[in-house]
Amino acid sequence: MSLLFHSRTLLPGAILTFIFAGAAIVSLFWVPYDTTVLDIANKIKSPSWAHPFGTDQFGRDILSMIMVGARTSIAVALVAVGIGMLAGVPLGLAAAARKGGLLDEVIMRMNDLVFAFPSLLIAVMITAVFGASALNAIIAIGIFNIPVFARLTRGAALSLWSRDYIMAARVAGKGPARISVEHILPNVANLLIVQGTIQFSLGILAEAGLSYVGLGAQPPVASWGRMLADSQTMISFAPHLALFPGLAILLTVLGLNLLGDGLRDVLDPKLRRARV
Amino acid sequence: MSLLTINGLSLSIHGQPILRDVSLKLESGKVLGVIGESGSGKSITAFSVMQLLPNGTDCTGEITLSGKSILSLSEAQMCDLRGKDVGMVFQEPMTALNPLKTIGAQVAETILIHEKVSRAEARTRAAEALRRAELPQDRFPLSRYPHELSGGQRQRVVIAMAIALRPKLLIADEPTTALDVTTQAQILQLLKKLVAEEGIGLMLISHDLAVVADLADDLVIMRQGEVVESGPADDLFRNMQHPYSRALLEASGHVPERSGHAEPDALLQVRGVVREYVSHSYGLWGSSSQFRAVNDVSFEIRRGESLGLVGESGCGKSTLTRAILGLEEVQGGEILFDGQPVFTNHHANKAVRRRMQVVFQDPYGSFNPRWKVERLITEPYHLLDGPPKGTERDGAIADALASVGLKEADRYKYIHEFSGGQRQRIAIARALIIKPDLIILDEAVSALDVSVRAQVLDLLADLSDRLGLTYLFISHDLSVVRSITERVLVMKAGQIVEQGPTADVFDNPQHEYTRQLVAAAPVLPDDVAGGNAHEPISGSLV
Amino acid sequence: MLRYFLKRLLSLALSLLAASLVIFLALEVVPGDPAAYMLGLNAQEDTLNALREQLGLNGTILERYLSWAGSLLTGDFGISYTYRTPVSEMIGDRLWVSLPLALYALTLSTLIAFPAGIWAASRRGSYVDAGVMGVTQLGVAIPNFWFAMLMVLVFAINLRWFSAGGFAGWDAGFFAGMKSLTLPAVALALPQASILTRVMRSSLLDTLGEDFIRTARAKGLNKGQAMWRHALRNALIPVLTIMGLQFSFLLAGAIIIENVFYLPGLGRLVFQAISARDLIVVESVVMLLVFAVIVVNFAVDLAYAWVDPRLRGRR
Repeated sequence: MSLLFHSRTLLPGAILTFIFAGAAIVSLFWVPYDTTVLDIANKIKSPSWAHPFGTDQFGRDILSMIMVGARTSIAVALVAVGIGMLAGVPLGLAAAARKGGLLDEVIMRMNDLVFAFPSLLIAVMITAVFGASALNAIIAIGIFNIPVFARLTRGAALSLWSRDYIMAARVAGKGPARISVEHILPNVANLLIVQGTIQFSLGILAEAGLSYVGLGAQPPVASWGRMLADSQTMISFAPHLALFPGLAILLTVLGLNLLGDGLRDVLDPKLRRARV
Repeated sequence: MSLLTINGLSLSIHGQPILRDVSLKLESGKVLGVIGESGSGKSITAFSVMQLLPNGTDCTGEITLSGKSILSLSEAQMCDLRGKDVGMVFQEPMTALNPLKTIGAQVAETILIHEKVSRAEARTRAAEALRRAELPQDRFPLSRYPHELSGGQRQRVVIAMAIALRPKLLIADEPTTALDVTTQAQILQLLKKLVAEEGIGLMLISHDLAVVADLADDLVIMRQGEVVESGPADDLFRNMQHPYSRALLEASGHVPERSGHAEPDALLQVRGVVREYVSHSYGLWGSSSQFRAVNDVSFEIRRGESLGLVGESGCGKSTLTRAILGLEEVQGGEILFDGQPVFTNHHANKAVRRRMQVVFQDPYGSFNPRWKVERLITEPYHLLDGPPKGTERDGAIADALASVGLKEADRYKYIHEFSGGQRQRIAIARALIIKPDLIILDEAVSALDVSVRAQVLDLLADLSDRLGLTYLFISHDLSVVRSITERVLVMKAGQIVEQGPTADVFDNPQHEYTRQLVAAAPVLPDDVAGGNAHEPISGSLV
Repeated sequence: MLRYFLKRLLSLALSLLAASLVIFLALEVVPGDPAAYMLGLNAQEDTLNALREQLGLNGTILERYLSWAGSLLTGDFGISYTYRTPVSEMIGDRLWVSLPLALYALTLSTLIAFPAGIWAASRRGSYVDAGVMGVTQLGVAIPNFWFAMLMVLVFAINLRWFSAGGFAGWDAGFFAGMKSLTLPAVALALPQASILTRVMRSSLLDTLGEDFIRTARAKGLNKGQAMWRHALRNALIPVLTIMGLQFSFLLAGAIIIENVFYLPGLGRLVFQAISARDLIVVESVVMLLVFAVIVVNFAVDLAYAWVDPRLRGRR
């Protein structure tokens, strides 16, 4: 735990992340009000003791909606990071192990190609073909994450491949696959964790954007982006409808970014060597 | 009046004392050698003259440069002085130049920053400075970029920048450490000429006694931020007082005791080996060119022998090493280990590979930082079909660590807990663990301080006697090769140009290139004991 | 230099080819027959065939790809399934909103990020640095469409400085057009400027630690001179990379931001097309945007060569 205090950003980042992850988990068991029940009599209420963040146009409690929405955001972003890592890291390791070879060339060219498709365009295409759903958002953001992790892994792995300890492992008769798993992967893991938090936060932003334009989660699944879209026409007389979901996105992303920065400070081997 | 006087200089960075009471003196037209191992404070002394120090540095004492008290000058006054009164040359020529600007622009900048002259005139004078640094305009026009030059040429550009305004003082911080032996000799020659012809005072900082010995009029020997001994070079070399200076001198010419027991039969035979690389530098556009890194190389290593391989960077040493270790297949010729081929059917021969090991140069890059020592040194077990387990493995780890002088408890530590010399011992333990016959020492002591180097050389000599090991000792440092090998190969541009008993080859070189190498290698003065590596250290010194 | 240029050009062509294949194949898997959809349930078989012929829907998959890609090269994107007008005309009109918006935002973010990044780097560790870093931390985290909504609330609804949405049109004059693009451009630029500022700062700090900066200082340059003359151009190389990558985010972001401000750009077009299942319009807009990203990255590659002599090759 003492590691938490080595960086100024780690603790606030961890707290914010903990709050929103906690809200998402709690919402699985309990929310202040059931978000599937409409209560038209109580529509568009300003914040009060009964409804700390107010109610929406259908009388649903905004705090409860945000808690349930956290679930969607976090699930989409987390799975998308998982897709990116599971596909991207092995590709990056393989490309680095075969540097300059055909495999490397093919992987990197495919990376470049995917980079030309912002996740929004992928989502547009998938939606055009299959219709909108939260799954589209996951796939679109996940595909976009693959080259991010592939490039990062390849770049970091390449600098490690020139180290003498890799040569020593080769002298010990180890092949590229074994070396990648035993020597390269553990030494790029920190970098991947830090990038993972950053892609996580970008995923939350992207999910919100996709839901806002109707390419993400569909009703009745609650999502922060769609809450904002719904609030837009009412912003002049009920700004709180737009305020709280937006703040939720901002603070979650901020928390993850601070956490990522903090992890970088703590995990950076250069800094750690200086402390020893 | 002296050109440069440092009097009682003490320096601390963020409260951490770095220098204590350093004093030295340099006259115009003279060379002051500042010698010390890593952490001695020799470089920071040089940078304090320039006042180019990290944030949080606190200097006390006196630095006087031709009458001006440096420590009382403002930053703006220091900027006026840097480059005009004092020039500086650094250790790493590859990174010392801005990669995006032409060499002409970078040399001219020294002039433009200090004098109100036209660009055209600055360029004319830059060309002149480059010519003084022996980079003539017909071959090295101002429009060249740094990446188009070799390391030695870049160092000349840095020198040209430093001398463009004919400063009174030139500070050279390990100016040749990153260079090959022959290039080193040329750069040292150039510095000597500048001192003689232009009356510059040169402060030459080095870890290598031999480099300084030839040039220096006066010497300062530093250790842990303090001057341990100083005086005129000739006197000092012959009459060292301080035990540390004497130890340093001994260590730089150290000859480990070896019994030497080469047997007549060959352990490794290299016959007509050719290794080519195809370079696709221009990809789809343009033809691929072939580059012969190793060209028809043949030699043998006898069992129990220590064979040296010397050559400069790019000569093919590393490629040859990889081929012997079975990491890369060769295009021509064969490599036999104890009569068996290293490579069969495009696969390395495991039975042969487990009898060879290697120790690399860089004590910092040779180990996975996330593994404990026990896992690091047992990595070669991967070559065995049934590696030892349990108590047998524990015993082997303890033996390997003990044989390189480390404690058994060290097996649970991570590599960052060890010093450079200890790491090199761990690298040797890793090589020993599968009880190989041949160990390739690839610049294995080059990155170490002289005193540590002497200890590691002793260890290697002792191990070869005890375990009957055979060494292939690859190095650019002739004095080290001379001290530990019986025979030597000289390699140039992929070919072995000369081979024979080490003493014969070095004392009576036949090939033109060997002659150049031997002439270029810096040596301590003949009459200084320890200077001649093949002679025992004389008693008078001790 | 020529060699580098040709190599990049070839890679540009290959990327465009691959991207067009991906887009074409992705939309090939769509179930249903656009011709039947357009003509309704009671269409005659021969009218259907005629329409399919007109839309280029007959023939093998390869033939269809070749005819589609071939007409793309001539600027012919086909005919909209719902509006029955050439897609190129529909896109052309919308492009005059989306492209100026993206360029406006790019200009803003560069104009903010360069000075801010340089300022923060030159005062490393000071309150200026901490302040700039804090603001960018927020700028990176804020969803741009939410920021856009807040700006509408403040500047359009409360202060009434700008209109809440819609586009005045270039016919109303350059400044009227720019004015209606200002809030959207600011919303788009803010996160990009924040990222770029951080990249500029860290790249500059890295470069300031290089050996050649020490060499420059030893020549007598002061800290500022060393930074402006030696560090800045070297620091620009990673910044260019990020700017290239950002362009694709900018386009994607523009699609979302156009929705907030009801701007008649490509973003609005693509969403209308999705709800009308007008796939050829979706296909064309995606292709155009991907084309733009690839061309911008080509331009970035050329910019590298301009900055870095090592890429120009030996003479």
